[in-house]
Amino acid sequence: MDKIKKPLPMLLRYAINLAIFAVFLFGVNALITGGSVPNYYTKVIVLCGINIILAVSLNVATGYLGQLPLGHAGFMAVGAYASALFLRAVPNLPEFVAFPLGIILGGIVSGIFGILIGIPALRLKGDYLAIITLGFGEIIRVVLLNIDSVLGFNFTYGAASLKNIPKYTSFFNCFLCVGIVCFLIHTLMKSKHGRAILAVRENEIAADSVGINLTYYKALGFTVSAIFAGVAGALYASYLGILNPSSFGFMKSIEILVMVVLGGMGSMVGSIVSATVLTAVPELVLRAFSDYRMIAYSLLLIVVMIFKPSGLMGQYDFSLTGLIDKARMGKLFRKGKGKKEKAGDK
Amino acid sequence: MDKMVPVPSHSIIPERDLSSKTILEVHRLGIDFGGLHAVEDFSIMLGRTEISGLIGPNGAGKTTVFNLLTNVYQPTHGVILIDGIDTRGKKTWQLNQLGIARTFQNIRLFSKLSVEDNVKIGLHNACQSSLAASMLRLPSYWSAEKKAHETAMELLSIFDMQHMASWESGSLPYGAQRRLEIVRALATSPKVLLLDEPAAGMNPSETAELMQNIKKIRDTFHLAILLIEHDMNLVMGICEGIAVLNYGKIIAKGTPDEIKSNPLVIEAYLGRGKEAKNA
Repeated sequence: MDKIKKPLPMLLRYAINLAIFAVFLFGVNALITGGSVPNYYTKVIVLCGINIILAVSLNVATGYLGQLPLGHAGFMAVGAYASALFLRAVPNLPEFVAFPLGIILGGIVSGIFGILIGIPALRLKGDYLAIITLGFGEIIRVVLLNIDSVLGFNFTYGAASLKNIPKYTSFFNCFLCVGIVCFLIHTLMKSKHGRAILAVRENEIAADSVGINLTYYKALGFTVSAIFAGVAGALYASYLGILNPSSFGFMKSIEILVMVVLGGMGSMVGSIVSATVLTAVPELVLRAFSDYRMIAYSLLLIVVMIFKPSGLMGQYDFSLTGLIDKARMGKLFRKGKGKKEKAGDK
Repeated sequence: MDKMVPVPSHSIIPERDLSSKTILEVHRLGIDFGGLHAVEDFSIMLGRTEISGLIGPNGAGKTTVFNLLTNVYQPTHGVILIDGIDTRGKKTWQLNQLGIARTFQNIRLFSKLSVEDNVKIGLHNACQSSLAASMLRLPSYWSAEKKAHETAMELLSIFDMQHMASWESGSLPYGAQRRLEIVRALATSPKVLLLDEPAAGMNPSETAELMQNIKKIRDTFHLAILLIEHDMNLVMGICEGIAVLNYGKIIAKGTPDEIKSNPLVIEAYLGRGKEAKNA
C-alpha cells in the first residue's frame, strides 16, 4: 500500500487488474456460451469458483486472524438455505433482481450467525475454539435436518431435500462473485482494520497494548469469514437446485480447511490455487480412481506438511502489478500462472 | 553501582517541572495473587513531562506494576488516575486510548509484519478510515493511509530507521527491535510512556545513545516517561525521580542522589555490610 514509492500508481494497478479480470471473465464466458466448453467442464469450473470463495473466506479466520474454526460448512449451510428459501418464495422476481438479493441475504443471515457464534466462541483459543465451532456446524446441520418434524410444517424438508431452487448460478455470476469477494477481502486486509486483524494474530498482548479492541477485531474477522461463506452457500444452492443438510457435514468443513492449509494460511493466492486444484483434480483426473481419492488427498496433505508446513505459498501474496514493476526495473521474475492469480491480486 | 562509562553531566537535565499538573497519579495500588501480596501500597505521582525510574532487585514486582498500570492485571486495591481519569474497570486497549503506552521486557513485536506496518498498527486509533471506506477504497481511505505512511516514516526517523521500513520486523537486530517497540508505543500518541528495561541487551555505547533518545522523545513529544531499568548509569543519568521497589513495596523514593545514598536501597541491592559507601 506504499503508493508513493511504487513506480506504478495505485489506481493504474487497480485498472490493470480489473482489465485482466474482465478479459478472463468475459473471455471464458464467451467460450462457454459459444458452446466450445463441454457442459461438464463448465460445472467443474463453477464448483471451483464456489470453493474458491469458501477457501478465501475461511482464510480470513484461519490465516489472517489466526483462529481455527471448524464450522465453516455450517455458515455455508445457513447462507445456502437462507438464499434458497428466499428464491423459492419469490418465483416471480426476474433473475437479475432475485439472485443478487438472494446472495446478499445469504451473506447477511450467515454474518448474523457469525456474530452470534463468534462473540462467545472467540473468548476461547486454539483447540477449544475448534471444538465449539465444530459443535456449531453440527448443530446447524442437525437443526436443518429435523426442524420440520419438530415444528410440524414444511420448511427445510430435512432429509427429503429442499427442491426446486431456481438454478441461477452460471460461470459469469459465480466468478463475478469470486472477483468481488477477493477484492473486498484484499481491500479489508490492506487497511487499518486488516492490520489490526493481523496484529491480533501476531501478538494479542501487544495488540491490546497499542489500543486495538481485541474482541471487536476477532468478531470482525470471524464475521467477514462467515458472510462470504454464506455467499458461497447461496451460489451453491442455486448451482445444485437442491439442498440436503448432509452436504454440509463435518467433512465439508475439513475439506475447506485442507484447501486453506495446503495453499498456505494467510495467502489468498494460495487458497485460490489450492481450492482450484483440489476441486478440479479429483473431478477431472481422479474420477476413474474415485475409490482412492481420499488416500491421494491425505497423502498430499502429509507430504506438504512434512516438506512445507507453512503451505504451498506460505504467507506470500502474489501481485501481478508487482511483477510488472519488477520487470520494468529489470529484475528477473517468474511468470504468473494465469487466471487463478488475477482474481487474487485485485 | 560501578561506573564503567562516563555518565553525562547532570547539569544537562532540564529542571524538574514541578509546577505542571501531574499526569499519572497512583494511590496505594496493590495486587494479591492468592495469599501473595505481589505489589502493596504502591503510590507515585508523575509530572507531565517527568522522566522517572522504577528500580529494584529481580522479582521485586516492577513489571507487575506496569501490568497493573495498563490493567493487564486488575488491581485488587488502589486507584490509578491518568490525567485525572479513573482507570478502574477499563480494558487495556481503552487505557491506551486514555494515553498510556508501554514496551515489553521480552520484546513483543508483530514479528511477521513489516517495520512500517508495526508502526501503522500503533497509529490504529489515529488513522481515520471507516470499515466501509476501506473496503470500497473511498477517498477518505487514501488520505488516511497517506497520512499514516507519512507519520510512520516521521516516527521511524527518530531512531534513523526509515530505511528499514519494509523489513520484516522479526528479522531486525535486537537493539533495533527494542527501538521499534518504542516507536510503536509512541505512535499511539501517549501521555505516559512505560519502558520496561529499554536498555536490556544493549552495549554501553548503545545505552548512551538510548539515553539521549529518551530525553529527545520527552522533549519532542512532551510526555512523561516511567522506566524500569537495571542499568544504573542510565537510571541515574536521566531519571529525575526514582522509586525503589523491593518485595512489592516501595522502600525509597527521591532524586538519584538521595537514592544513591539511601541505606535501605544499598541494603536491598547489596545486603548488609560495609559497602555502604559504594552506592
